[in-house]
Amino acid sequence: MIHVLTIEFIPYFEIERLDSSARIDRLLKVVKQNKIVLLEGRLKKTEESDLIAKTMSMIDEHFKGIELAVVDPDKAESRRFIERLRKEVVSLLLGDRQGFTIIGPANIVKEIKKDPNKIQLLTEEVREKFPHKKKQGSSKKKKRR
Amino acid sequence: MIKKLMSKLMDKFLTGIFKRKKKIRLGLYGPPNGGKTTLANKICEDWLGKGNAMGTVSAIEHETREVTVKEQIIVKSKDNKKEIEFTLADTPGIATRIDYEDFMKKGMKAKEAKKRAKEATKGVIDAIKWLDEMDCVIVVLDSTKDPYSQVNITIIGNLAARDIPVLVVANKIDMKKANVKKIENAFPQYSVVPISAKKGKNIEKFYESLFEVAD
Repeated sequence: MIHVLTIEFIPYFEIERLDSSARIDRLLKVVKQNKIVLLEGRLKKTEESDLIAKTMSMIDEHFKGIELAVVDPDKAESRRFIERLRKEVVSLLLGDRQGFTIIGPANIVKEIKKDPNKIQLLTEEVREKFPHKKKQGSSKKKKRR
Repeated sequence: MIKKLMSKLMDKFLTGIFKRKKKIRLGLYGPPNGGKTTLANKICEDWLGKGNAMGTVSAIEHETREVTVKEQIIVKSKDNKKEIEFTLADTPGIATRIDYEDFMKKGMKAKEAKKRAKEATKGVIDAIKWLDEMDCVIVVLDSTKDPYSQVNITIIGNLAARDIPVLVVANKIDMKKANVKKIENAFPQYSVVPISAKKGKNIEKFYESLFEVAD
């Protein structure tokens, strides 16, 4: 059986001029359509916690929450002074535009595992489509991507 | 501005002459089932006496669904020269997903599981709201689990953005799978104290570190 997994790319300029609340609404709107968001850049730390709070307020029997991962090249440690300086300058110029953020609906993305060289999305079948199968104990299928 | 500075200096001078006593709002934060309530109970029993536990603990996630506060916990330093008065807030575990079906897998009935999930979502929102009220935070992590989860990074990043002092606790070191090094590597800019809140292991070191962070 073929299952379609939709990833929607949101470039940073699309959220750049929005305030925090509108940014979060924009992202959650896509996630609630059972799509995985690939956002260029990252949210501010306080926006990340606001995203969690907003997600919690939306949880019901059908929407179980989100899985979130922020990939931040800033965090890669370097011992060389020149390299650190270069990172500081890039960070100053690009700000939150650096890196990327993945947000997936929890009923599709079971877990996001980060590794220095790869990202793994552990997905599961959309439960709503096959409720009878789940009850019979057919269990979830894990896919590694 | 100068008046404020003078008042601060005077305050410091006077508390230095007599005995150093501070009042700190201390929050216990972290993902669900990290051992926040177990640690809160240990702190309360150590400094308020037996029978002063803060909350119940459970193997099922989201047992704590409300922020619980205990006031006037006076912690003394090892040499007895300093003391800090804490208002301790035990917060619900922060999560990005809450599925009532996960509770049903642990044996709960659908109605009970849905109620627990609803309360848990509210608890997470409250825990996030309370962040602004804290003077100092202990992030309690389960040392048998992967510390690189986005929830941990978001909590600690938020505290850093708010300039709130943080002490990271690597809990459950009595378990075979415990890996404190992994937590230290994940958060190299913070002091990490390995403890077992359940067994009271290394708890003296924890209080010492708490003094260093909160003082």
